[in-house]
Amino acid sequence: MSSVVVTGLGLVSCAGEGLDAHLDALTAGAPARTDTERFAPYTVHPVAPLALDGQIPKKSDQRQMEPWQRLGVYAAGLALDSAGLKQDAALKAAMHLVVACGGGERDTEVDGAILTGLRDAADPGAYLNERLLNDLRPTLFLAQLSNLLAGNIAIVHGVTGASRTFMGEEAAGTDALRIAQARIASGQVDCMLVGGSYSAERPDVMVVHEMGGYLRAKPFRPVFSRNGADEAGFILGSGAAFLVLESAEHAKARGATALARLMPVQSDRSRREPGATAAGLEALWRAAGLGVPDRVISGATGVAGITAEEGAALARLAPGVPVTALGDVTGHTLEVTAPFGAALAAGLVARAQAREVAITTIGHRRGEGVIRVCAA
Amino acid sequence: MTNTSSRDAKNRPLVAVTGLGIVTSLGQGQADNWAALTAGRSGIHAIRRFSTEGLRTRIAGTVDFLDTDPLVAPLLSQRFAEAAAEEAIAQAGIGGLGRFPGALFIAVPPVEMEWPQRRAMAEASGQNGAVTYTDLQRAAASRRFDAWHDLFIFGTVADHIADRFGTQGSPISLSTACSSGATAIQLGVEAIRRGEVEAALCIGTDGSVNPESLIRFSLLSALSTQNDPPEAASKPFSKNRDGFVMGEGAGALVLENAETAHARGAKILGYVLGCGEKGDGFHRTRSSPDGAPGIAAIHAALDDAGVTPDAIDTINAHGTSTPENDKMEAMGCAAVFGERIGRLPISSNKSMIGHTLTAAGAIEAVVSLLTIAHGRIPPTINYAVPDPAIPLDVVAAARDARVSRVLSNSFGFGGQNTCLVLGDEPA
Repeated sequence: MSSVVVTGLGLVSCAGEGLDAHLDALTAGAPARTDTERFAPYTVHPVAPLALDGQIPKKSDQRQMEPWQRLGVYAAGLALDSAGLKQDAALKAAMHLVVACGGGERDTEVDGAILTGLRDAADPGAYLNERLLNDLRPTLFLAQLSNLLAGNIAIVHGVTGASRTFMGEEAAGTDALRIAQARIASGQVDCMLVGGSYSAERPDVMVVHEMGGYLRAKPFRPVFSRNGADEAGFILGSGAAFLVLESAEHAKARGATALARLMPVQSDRSRREPGATAAGLEALWRAAGLGVPDRVISGATGVAGITAEEGAALARLAPGVPVTALGDVTGHTLEVTAPFGAALAAGLVARAQAREVAITTIGHRRGEGVIRVCAA
Repeated sequence: MTNTSSRDAKNRPLVAVTGLGIVTSLGQGQADNWAALTAGRSGIHAIRRFSTEGLRTRIAGTVDFLDTDPLVAPLLSQRFAEAAAEEAIAQAGIGGLGRFPGALFIAVPPVEMEWPQRRAMAEASGQNGAVTYTDLQRAAASRRFDAWHDLFIFGTVADHIADRFGTQGSPISLSTACSSGATAIQLGVEAIRRGEVEAALCIGTDGSVNPESLIRFSLLSALSTQNDPPEAASKPFSKNRDGFVMGEGAGALVLENAETAHARGAKILGYVLGCGEKGDGFHRTRSSPDGAPGIAAIHAALDDAGVTPDAIDTINAHGTSTPENDKMEAMGCAAVFGERIGRLPISSNKSMIGHTLTAAGAIEAVVSLLTIAHGRIPPTINYAVPDPAIPLDVVAAARDARVSRVLSNSFGFGGQNTCLVLGDEPA
């Protein structure tokens, strides 16, 4: 079995772009950008302004995408730069890619106009067809398709070994890392780009997460302090995170610096009931080989019940260890939670600010994960 | 199948197939599907599920005999997946009721709210003027639609399948567009080869024929508009092909470590000998003009299986009936198989069941294994006017043949190409 190391990171969120901005943000106590107006009554953590040309040189490529895909392609480019691979066409052509994500933005104006017209339409079926045919931009579908984030990374950055897209909210990000780590450790593949992208600044996802009452419709408050009636819920953040993972041998052979080591990732799916989150977390923690790490990065969402349970469990598993909630740094980014956590952990380790970091990903609805990052 | 070896040519655990399940517009289950496929029957028909008024494409291979309420893609996809998985697990006789001793890899179509639900929420909002998403958010905040949260997030289908069949660990929901079903199988193969699991339930499912999906493909000029007669529209490799026909269904395979399968006395239906994949960064919907990625994917599958091109007895084509795919696929196969290509039988199931999208790779893997088992290659129907530029031995009528090894191709939108080599015996 090979050791799996992180050799590159690409990060964009409300904290800005790059590792330095995000490591600074880890101790800030609150996300750098919070917007309570644009999507009122919901609070979001909008992404910092980006100069897209820096990673997506062709305007025609930029135009083919909406924010969700653009963020992901941008962060993927940062990761390749960080790993010193951006100019290595041959290696990129053989690199494997796994993306964890959902889907792309609706054209909310078209949707609204159609819903308005449907109210009085004599033949709703025919009306719907006519409006969709005439009002949808034909290439919008490609900006919405889940696997086209990977497709755009392939086109823009030349990463064409092969790609897979994992869907399924928080667990998708954890399992993208899990399977990538396992494939490299077992020698099935040498070098992978793994990560995800989420755009929060879109009214369509707010409808989905308001159903079930998962969204916090109040100003920011730290994730582990959202107790009491009406305080619970997550605040969505826009962001993207990608890591370059390699076998230690592959990294050494090309003279790449190993930032940190990614240990086998643990994940499971428990039946949600009181106590299950704590028990699940503890079992995964042990399976990960964790004792007491130097830092904990938590993907806790702020959802009632599971957040408090995780907080208590972490206090037992890692007494006195600083716990930082990603929701207090980037906001909740669903599929990108695990990649952000692992990337920040790798950054802390690379800067010798920690020797071992635990990352937790307890999904808002289902799925639990524990990731362990150590010094390389 | 008397071979009891448990490692392959590269000393990895051999991956055996012990269960198959299938649902398509032709019917539910192996028996009905095989009978229809070998008889050259088409499942394509005029769409009855919703109004096709004003649409240039009015046909599809919808699965009309299984229903859900509400009739939305995630529920329908889940229903098909359940039916296929149930058949596969029953055949495999593996584990116990609700206890599948392995992982779940399921290719599912991307999920989003659909128009009936949007309309219901708009109505519930009480908005009498211009409707916006603020109104839908307000309707959501009424708490009346909380049950729909699960319906419209991505992980729910897998969650229900995992619950129903008792698969282990965190289930994987995946997509690689038209390659998805094949990728689900590949993920299962890799997990067994790593020794992580001894069994995998690999499913590809798709129940997303709805107005917006149809229109999206239509706007990309990807669909056939030869609506009349519907059964004649899907004509892979023909000179007058004009696009694919959307289809629905699910394919499920129980994969097992061959050693474990032998040990428990399971009947081995065949093996997944090799999987190969290659990305294409040329364009979002079109392939590299030199066909290199498709060729690379085929070679990768053959290499992974440890076989040469000569070992392949027949090709289960991606064969979508689009002008572009069929030409590129023919070019790729000709490059790999050389002058033998004119004598190597190739056939496209999509001629009868349409393009089942996320399910295609899995459904067609099931059909490939049935082809091996029965020694009969299902036809490519509607092959009345061959394309002279395509030098393939297209199986126009069901053909009896000794089939030991099948190459199954899947070439997806967004450039993901995945090929499988399926066989009756280890290489």
